[in-house]
Amino acid sequence: MARKIIPIGPYHPLQEEPEFFKLHVDGETVVDIDIDIGYNHRMIEKIAESKSFDQVTFLVERICGICSTSHPFAYVNAIEDILGVQVPERALYIRTVIAELERIHSHLLWLGLAGHFLGYNTVWMWAWKAREPILDIFERVAGNRNNYAMFKPGGIRRDMYEEDFPWIKKTLKSLIPVFNMFKGAVMDDPVLRARTEGIGVLTERDVHDYALVGPTARASGSVIDIRKINPYAAYDKVEWKVAVQNGGDVFAKLIVRVLELYESIDIIIQCLDKMPKGEIDLNIKDVPPGEGIGRHEAPRGEVIHYVMSDGTNRPARHKVRAPSYMNVASNKKAVIGHTISDATIILAAVDPCYCCTERTAAVDYKTGKKVLDGQDLIRLSQEKTEKLRRKKTA
Amino acid sequence: MKRAELIQNIKIRCGGDMSEFRDKSEKRIYVTVKKEILPKIAAYLFNEVKARFSTASGVDTRENVEILYHFSVDDIGLIVSLRVVLDKSDLEVESLVSLMKAADWIEREIHELLGVNFKGHSNLKKHFLLKDDWPEGDYPLRRDK
Repeated sequence: MARKIIPIGPYHPLQEEPEFFKLHVDGETVVDIDIDIGYNHRMIEKIAESKSFDQVTFLVERICGICSTSHPFAYVNAIEDILGVQVPERALYIRTVIAELERIHSHLLWLGLAGHFLGYNTVWMWAWKAREPILDIFERVAGNRNNYAMFKPGGIRRDMYEEDFPWIKKTLKSLIPVFNMFKGAVMDDPVLRARTEGIGVLTERDVHDYALVGPTARASGSVIDIRKINPYAAYDKVEWKVAVQNGGDVFAKLIVRVLELYESIDIIIQCLDKMPKGEIDLNIKDVPPGEGIGRHEAPRGEVIHYVMSDGTNRPARHKVRAPSYMNVASNKKAVIGHTISDATIILAAVDPCYCCTERTAAVDYKTGKKVLDGQDLIRLSQEKTEKLRRKKTA
Repeated sequence: MKRAELIQNIKIRCGGDMSEFRDKSEKRIYVTVKKEILPKIAAYLFNEVKARFSTASGVDTRENVEILYHFSVDDIGLIVSLRVVLDKSDLEVESLVSLMKAADWIEREIHELLGVNFKGHSNLKKHFLLKDDWPEGDYPLRRDK
């Protein structure tokens, strides 16, 4: 059969990281993949050189639309690394609360979309429904459902109020039964297992070669979690476990994310219980010459920022590396040998932005004629689940 | 591997080709090496220490272009930043892609934004982040104009 090329992407300007995948297929099987990024390159690193250290926090908050606190967190860690200062303890706890709330809503977003791609639209709706209370907490704490603007070098911008804590805890606890339901849906459904087990496997070796991070790495047995490796904020002041699985497939990635939902709730509640009273900001005025590296374990993995200061009020150089930068490249390994109907969920399993898979089209290599579009590919994936479901129940 | 032992091993392997060693803090060290020994030290960190390659930062310091390869030694939470300083008249350094696949994209990025040639990289021609009709020889992160 003639080889065909299926382009997936390139981008949707509202999403975080536009990507373009070109799947080379032989019949149903994916034999090669080209990955192209840079469709919406904003040159944030260059813009950062023209902003003051304080303004850069707002700038990097706009890198990612989903986990908007990930980059400010890594950035303030980098600035504090240059300064070598100790941030007030209350601020550290509040930072942790914000970051973990974000992890919950980001994982729920992923879970919902993964459900949708696999033809489980109920999972999609339930997951996104469960995400709403988290956004309500953000609204109460920061005034915004996203782009919370809570961080600044040396502390945080606004305090949390003790009178909100009981309500926050109650809201979080009410989500546990919902998470139990997700866990049950994932673990006990034979069809969902058939769709995700052994699909898109990445080994520990691949994790090292491609330098993978976050749930993508932890699903392959690698204990890579910056919160444990290089503890910052309040992560060494609370009890929690790193979620690790050994399968390396889509199923393992699902499990890791679901388990992390529980850990995050646990971390937040402990933080609220232990949070000391006191100052929240060091009121830093100047950043001396030097260089600093800041890291944060974002929902998708390690975010790393390198900042060089020359003693002026702006960074001389600011390098940003997001987790998907490493994880997306691993699709080169994960997707090859699988069928087109599995490609959607494999590409989505590293949790990149979904815009790409939404804007898919299959084009005949020779004639340039469109064969399948994004909706068709999702339909293919959903039909496969349906077929399996019927087989199981027959 | 213990921190002190790792530092000792790096120093031994660098020998006289290390121009600066900075023990910035408990979790951060910076090692400036001659570019000739970069592949050797990177291979030591990546293959023997099993350090994770986090990323590389290209910096134009006006006088030179520096590349910092950040390796994360996860079991002790240490970041080793391996720095090479390149003369602007000779912006070339050995590619590390054959050693670690993870260096592929970042080398293409640094090539495109700073004009560094990575010897042995097979895919530097095609545009990575910038648009396809971006003018040849115009490097957005260079500060020499």
